[in-house]
Amino acid sequence: MVNVGSTAPIAVERPSSDVRPDLPWVTIVWNDPVNLMSYVTYVFQTVFGYTREKAEKLMLDVHHKGKAVVSSGTREEMERDVQILHSYGLWATVQPDSIK
Amino acid sequence: MSSGFSSKGGVVVAEFEAPEVAILRSLVELVLGLVEPGETGDDPLERALGIGAGEAPSDPVLARLFPSAYDDTGDAAEFRRYTEATLRDGKRADARTMLDTARPGRTELTPEQAQAWLRALNDVRLTLGVRLEVTEEVHEEIATMSEDDPRYPAYVTYDWLTYLQDTLVRALW
Repeated sequence: MVNVGSTAPIAVERPSSDVRPDLPWVTIVWNDPVNLMSYVTYVFQTVFGYTREKAEKLMLDVHHKGKAVVSSGTREEMERDVQILHSYGLWATVQPDSIK
Repeated sequence: MSSGFSSKGGVVVAEFEAPEVAILRSLVELVLGLVEPGETGDDPLERALGIGAGEAPSDPVLARLFPSAYDDTGDAAEFRRYTEATLRDGKRADARTMLDTARPGRTELTPEQAQAWLRALNDVRLTLGVRLEVTEEVHEEIATMSEDDPRYPAYVTYDWLTYLQDTLVRALW
């Protein structure tokens, strides 16, 4: 893993009213005209430790469908993933898994 | 022209001519100028913790370099407040690594430096790409573009950066 992953994000405090059931959250990567297919595949392998095959399939989903779910977990984990993907210049967002 | 990066015995290497290094440096300096240190406001505690402003940048290049993490404006602002300063610092550090290591002749990169180059080159491509409003057909567009087109030099530079980045990815794989 690269250095950037070691910069732990500061815990983000939630308002106390925000006690939704602990739904899994997802990280979405969106297509854009600049990021290279090879680069996006490489970033998925490096950031998530995915095999080249899995990373390539996700990259092709992003390319052809406009977006893809690249990881899922707790909200905090997804925010961490998004932060790392942003450091690589990928266009990534967090959302609850319930929104499709 | 540089044939880009390759991997020799685990070391990532490239040969650059002086004008190529000059172009790379000027573009990275451009990004460094855009990506200013994170503004963290007046509150000393917020400054110490790197907590910054929550508004999305209005400049399209900065909006692309620092995308909103959430659809919801409130969630996006909160995430940005706590993370953007770190992201800015990372981008600046990557740009500086590139400036420190790019030199005419042989450029050799450690694995960490190669990762910094990968991200910094991508930031340069994102910056140029947004300014030039490139589409996914940019490579084909350049092939049919007249050399007299005022956009031609910038597009050719963009295409060269794309090539460089692709060779760097392949050298690291």
